[in-house]
Amino acid sequence: MNRYFHNELYDLRSKLILIAEKATQAGRLAVEGFLTSDLEKTQQAIKLDDEIDELEIAIDRASVRYITLRSPVASDVRLIFVAIKASHDLERAGDEAHSIAKRTRNILTRDGTVKNTVAIEEMSKVAFAMMKDAINCFLEEDLEVAQSIMIRDKEVDRLNKENFKKLSAALREGSIDPATEIETIFISKSIERIADHAKNLAEEVIYLLTGE
Amino acid sequence: MSETSTPTTRNESEKPTIIEIRNFDFAYGDSQALFDINMDIKEKEVTAFIGPSGCGKSTFLRCFNRMNDLIDIAKIKGGEIKISDVNIYDKDVDVIELRKHVGMVFQKSNPFPKSIYDNIAYGLRIQGVKKKSALDEVVEECLRGAALWDEVKDRLNESALGMSGGQQQRLCIARALAVKPKILLMDEPCSALDPIATAKVEELIHQLKKEYTIVIVTHNMQQAARVSDKTAFFYIGKLIEFSKTDDIFMNPKDPQTEAYISGRFG
Repeated sequence: MNRYFHNELYDLRSKLILIAEKATQAGRLAVEGFLTSDLEKTQQAIKLDDEIDELEIAIDRASVRYITLRSPVASDVRLIFVAIKASHDLERAGDEAHSIAKRTRNILTRDGTVKNTVAIEEMSKVAFAMMKDAINCFLEEDLEVAQSIMIRDKEVDRLNKENFKKLSAALREGSIDPATEIETIFISKSIERIADHAKNLAEEVIYLLTGE
Repeated sequence: MSETSTPTTRNESEKPTIIEIRNFDFAYGDSQALFDINMDIKEKEVTAFIGPSGCGKSTFLRCFNRMNDLIDIAKIKGGEIKISDVNIYDKDVDVIELRKHVGMVFQKSNPFPKSIYDNIAYGLRIQGVKKKSALDEVVEECLRGAALWDEVKDRLNESALGMSGGQQQRLCIARALAVKPKILLMDEPCSALDPIATAKVEELIHQLKKEYTIVIVTHNMQQAARVSDKTAFFYIGKLIEFSKTDDIFMNPKDPQTEAYISGRFG
């Protein structure tokens, strides 16, 4: 028997999917802004941050309310804890997107275009694929996909280290502005953090599905 | 604790008030049971009364349909209770008429030793309704309203005493609905039921509030949290706090409410 208040869990689930989609969209826009020197896309990414923050607050409030008034147990209570943790991860992923967009805007203001994109495109492809799969494994309750996300995080870490080396070398050669070099290192680090949040999401889905 | 029991009240609902209680004092002989209660109960909402045993919540509930009139030593010491703007303790108020408008369901289900059908039809028959088709219609409507029709439609002529406890309680709710009350009072309606039967009654309460105003006394705080829109916390005859259920359980204003709902009482 489904109780009338179980609909509140469906609403919570919908909000979680929405914040995940918005955080991913913000990240994609910010990285595209960097790769194509498109200021407009960075502005769109920055605008999404407020919506993501509001959704996180709404998810937290709905979760606390459900725990207080509905006495959830078993998979229901796991869903609530996953919602609280996942929304925090997604809000942080949104913050990273915001940071990428702002640093790209700084580079574009200073240099006109982004000249050295190092491995940003490659690592962002892996990171956003991880994010997409993390959302899908939550939607489809797919334990196998959730477990596969863990391994892919290592590839993003490797590319981030590679970027650091390449950018340091470029600085030594004098082929990159020092300020741009630092901004790009931070952008690379932000993408690496987005992948970490995707990994956390996958771990949360595993907990939701298995209780472990 | 303050001398009077004017509660902490927040977030007044936009719905119209159906029961208005002002400065209400009530006693059993020399022992005062309720102190200066002030409260507005809104139409088509579920209002829950919570509080420890002996706090006066059931006594207060029974004042709404003058059930306490049956107790010799019961006495209104002051104040008034108005239902739809009529002071129900006015001398010219017909108590039988009042109880048609204010139905009641008790802790222990109390079906008549009659058939399921006759239990529902009883109230209408004593009102003079004799036409079979009219009675059939109301019986079906009430059993559907109490989410019981599908379970009993093929055995309407069987004794109500053969039903499960949960079914009997929902039958009592259906019986109360038959006389078209505006208000339903429920005095611990689930305390004798198992969790599944309790869930069914709670679902029913959720459905019924679309049409009726419900006031429920419960010892089960989770139940109050699940089913009610507003919650009132009583302690030693005083109304300590009355507010939206969300506020009472998530952020109560009075430390006594917080202590009670979090199990730190005493």
